[in-house]
Parts: sequence; C-alpha cells; structure tokens
Amino acid sequence: MIDKTTNQKAWFLVAPVVVLVAFNALIPLMTVVNYSVQETFGDNIFFWEGVKWFEQVLHSERFHDSLLRQLSFTSIILLIEVPLGVAVALSMPKKGPWVSVCLVLMALPLLIPWNVVGAMWNIFALPDIGLLGRMINGIGFDYNFTQQPTAAWFTVILMDVWHWTSLVTLLAYAGLCSIPDAYYQAARIDGASSWSVFRYIQLPKMKRVLTIAILLRFMDSFMIYTEPFVLTGGGPGNSTTFLSIDLVKIALGQFDLGPAAAMSLIYFLIILLLSWVFYTLMMRNEEQ
Amino acid sequence: MAKITLDQVRHSYAQNPDDDLDWALKEVDVTWSDGGAYALLGPSGCGKTTLLNIISGLLRPSRGRVLFDDRDITDIPSDKRHIAQVFQFPVVYDTMTVFDNLAFPLRNRDVPQAQVDARVHEIAKMLDLEESLHNRASHLTADGKQKISLGRGLVRSDVNVIMFDEPLTVIDPHLKWLLRSKLKELHQQIGSTMIYVTHDQTEALTFADKVMVMHDGMVMQIGTPVELFEKPKHTFVGHFIGSPGMNLLPCVIENGYPSIDGHQIISAQKLDIPEVAKRVEIGIRPEFVSFTPNGLPVEIVKINDIGQYRIVETRHKNTTIKIIVAEGLHIPTADPKISFDPAYTHVYADGYILT
Repeated sequence: MIDKTTNQKAWFLVAPVVVLVAFNALIPLMTVVNYSVQETFGDNIFFWEGVKWFEQVLHSERFHDSLLRQLSFTSIILLIEVPLGVAVALSMPKKGPWVSVCLVLMALPLLIPWNVVGAMWNIFALPDIGLLGRMINGIGFDYNFTQQPTAAWFTVILMDVWHWTSLVTLLAYAGLCSIPDAYYQAARIDGASSWSVFRYIQLPKMKRVLTIAILLRFMDSFMIYTEPFVLTGGGPGNSTTFLSIDLVKIALGQFDLGPAAAMSLIYFLIILLLSWVFYTLMMRNEEQ
Repeated sequence: MAKITLDQVRHSYAQNPDDDLDWALKEVDVTWSDGGAYALLGPSGCGKTTLLNIISGLLRPSRGRVLFDDRDITDIPSDKRHIAQVFQFPVVYDTMTVFDNLAFPLRNRDVPQAQVDARVHEIAKMLDLEESLHNRASHLTADGKQKISLGRGLVRSDVNVIMFDEPLTVIDPHLKWLLRSKLKELHQQIGSTMIYVTHDQTEALTFADKVMVMHDGMVMQIGTPVELFEKPKHTFVGHFIGSPGMNLLPCVIENGYPSIDGHQIISAQKLDIPEVAKRVEIGIRPEFVSFTPNGLPVEIVKINDIGQYRIVETRHKNTTIKIIVAEGLHIPTADPKISFDPAYTHVYADGYILT
C-alpha cells in the first residue's frame, strides 16, 4: 500500500496569491454585489431588495441613453482609429534614422496623463482663447463645445483619436515589422498589386496585433471617464455623459448605492460580453 | 526560356563603395545556357543570394548588365522578367487556399479563368498537391508550403528561369531527399533553366549539371561536379568541396616538379617555369593519397572509422595530411610512408592552380 503523505504546508505557499486576489478582485466585487441586492441606510443598516435595482436600471431611460451614447462613441472612435492607425503604420519608414523619430513622436500622446489630456484639449478648444476653437470660428463655423452637443462630440472624438490612434499604430507597426522580406519579394515576382500585398500579406500578418488593438481600444473607450469629464464634464446637458460618468453621478453624486452597484454589474457584464464577441469573431478563422 | 548572361556585374550595398571590402560581388561574368540545371555553391555571405536577387531583379547591380537572350533587362522590374523564385523560408499567402495560392500569379496577370483552372490542376498534379488543393495553405507542413512556393513559379508557362534560394533549409531531412529528387524530375519534365543556391555541397552536386563555386564575392570555378572534384581551380574549391576537403602541403618547385623537404612529388603537369609566388602548395584529395613502401614519411595522429572507410590523419612536420583508406586495407604502424596519385596532384600558387 502506498502511504500518501499530506503536507499542509503547501497552503502557505499559495496564501499570498489568495490574499492578493481576494483584496484586489473578490472582496471589492462582492461588496458591489452586496450593495446591488440591498437597500442601504445610514449606520450600515441593510434591507434585502432582491433584483429590484437591476430591474430599475434596466428599465431606466437614463441608463438607455448613456448606453446608447457609449456605444456610439466607441463605434465611432474604433471606426476612425483602427483604419487611421493602420494607415499611419503603413506609411512609417521601415528602417533608417527616421524610425526612432517616428516611434517617439507616436508614443508621446500615450505618455500624457489622462486628466492632462482633458485639460489640454479643454483650453485648446475654447472658442474665445483656444487655438483650435478660434481657428474653427475663424474659418466661419460656429463652434462652442461648452454649449453645442455636436461641437462637444466632435471635440471629445478628436481628442480620443489624438490620444489613442498611436496605440493602434504602434501595434500595427510591430506586426508589419515582423513580416519577412521574402514575402514582399515573392509578391513582386508574382506580380501582385500593392492592394493585393496589403490584402493578402500585410493584413493577415497584422491580424493578431490588430485583434489586441481593437480589444484594448474597445475596453478602454467603453470605460472612458477622465478625459471627457475634464473636457466637458458630461455636458452640455447630458450630451457627453457616457456610462462611467453617469455611474459616478449616481454613486457619488446622488449616493444611490444600490442602483449604482446594479449598474456597475450590468456595465461589467456588457464589457465582458462584447469583448468575448469581438474576440470570437476575429479569431474565428484561426480554428478552421 | 532564355540564356542568362551577367556582363561584368558588380554590386555593393554601400552608397559609395571605395574599399574592396565594400563589394558584395566583385566582377562576375557568367553565362547560363538555356535549360541547364545550375547550382551556386558557397559559404554564407559569399554573395550567392546577392547574385540571385540581381538576376531576379530584386536588386539592381551597382555596375554591369544583366541579359536574357542578349536583351538587356537590367532595368526591367521583377514581375516583367518572367522569372520564378523559391525562397529559403516558404512564402504562402496564409488566408488563401492552395488553389488560390497557385492561381495568384496567373490572376494577377489577368489570365482567363478556364486557363487558370487547367494550369493549376496540371501543376498540382506534378507536385502531388491535388488532394490538398482546397485546404487552407497555412495548415500545410513546411515541405508542402515549399511546394506551393515552387508551384507559384511553375504555374506560369512563360518563366525564363526558376531560382531556388536554399529551399531545403527548413525541410526535415527525410523529406529533403524526396523534394530534391522531385526538383530533378521537374527539371527534366519542363526543361526550364534552374539556378539553385545552396551552401550544402551534397545538394549542389546532386542537383546540378554545372556548379558555380563562389567565395568572397567572386566566382572561383564553374564546372561539372567531377571537374570540381578532380581538378579544383582554386584551393578554396578543393577545400570547400569534398569531405574531408583537399590536403594542402607547402612545397617548392625544383626541376619542374614540386618537392617537399627534398622528396620529389610527381604532379599532373610538369611545371616549366619556376613560379615566383608567395605561397606554393600541393593540393591532393584524401581519396588520392595512399600508404606505400616508399614515399613521404609521416606519423599517424588519429584514425577515424566512419563505416565505409577510415579517415587517417597523419602529419609530416607541421602539415596535416588526411588520407581516406578503404575498409579492409592495411594501415602500416611502423614508419608509414605515403604517396600521391600523380593524375590528381595539382600545384597551386597563391591559391590558383598552375598549369
């Protein structure tokens, strides 16, 4: 018979990870779950409410509006940033001294703190003193992002494109650099047009990095808070109130902890679901 | 189909080459006749790939001209040269099927669909790719992918020359053999000129009718495998081809024949003029050295039994001489002496053969 020795010391070895995960994920998440099913009063008095807050959030027009704004914002910036990022990556030099210059210039926007980006663009776009704002008004457009919803959207999108296109560019560039010269040479001998080279060599080789780029941009833009908060504060009116801005208003402005917790969970599930859909769609062909 | 001529071609990757070292190719003058199977053999960095890329038009030579059938094509782009090239690492278009890969060069040239179909099936049959025609190309093994690269070249009926740039590097050893015989077979079937670049002498010698040995940007010798073996024109060729390579023994020339420490050696040719050269050497392949009762005294350093024969490493003063001794032949232990087969004994001055 084999004697099985049980060594309980092993638990000590996994303990640090358990504690870490508990503190940074499980406990905060469970706290939110806890708030989402109860009514909270002062002195930590709780009443069980079941799924009431979830129903309330899912049926609230306010939530529908911010979700719609959020979806539109994310779609627009993905549609602009991904093709633009790829185009910039394609036109960057492959070797020579300009490579490092381009890479540093590209990385600059990514290094600026988010609230600074918001503040910068706020001043930049002000219609009376900002360079951009005065210029647009100067060429004959009536532009004031603090008062017109369209102007606010235009500014928020422009700011995001400025801030984040570089990320797509850098990832796409990395993908492009990994293509061996032989592919381009073979394509030349095969008489391929530059569109064919892009379609059959560059795009397939960039697929993996682009998947990562799209996922990152999707998740980040879907959770965007700091930049539009500093730039427009969610206004004018509610026109640029995206999900996380709305969430903070409910949780910290109105102190409605129950609905805010329920909304957080719904918000989280939407991101999880959409990320999964994106990933599955883009990786679908790999399996065949 | 065409004859290919390189007319005083030189190439440098530097902008303004002034030093001799700047030239990747130093003055190459060659003609490849139509329909031949050629190999370009040489160590890494000797300029083989540069030469190949000049023929295919991926590089423009710094000096000189490239001619196909006496027509100057130096400035004509790759896709107009009617050439095919197979690279070291297989190039397949991942998202396409095997069929689409093979059809790609034809579709780019607006060949009618019916003709594309017929041609692709014909080539697939030649390469045994028929069964996987409608599979995704990215799922094939390395040798399958390399066959597709080759197929994309063969599929065009107007190719002047098919060039192979070390095509078997990434192929498993047991498949290398198969693919190599396939190439040979294809050459006989379609009869177009083929140029095969490699650093592996077995590949070169089995594939080609004529082998061009390159070293340091220069063509050292062009000849049949037998010529390269029996009469290398340069010590580099003698050393590079053969396993082990040619023995080189410093010598002086007396009365028209080389001599080592007073031992006269009979060489293939009587050398009339005593040469004034910095370095005079006898070159003799290990296959043509044997133990004899009289001759050059040596000491035996090491015997390496590799199955079919033994490689005996001997030494005369400071010179190492390797000898191939067939299995079963006696190797003398006391006071061994060796002699050289005169027909294959050549004398080299500063590396080049004396005739």
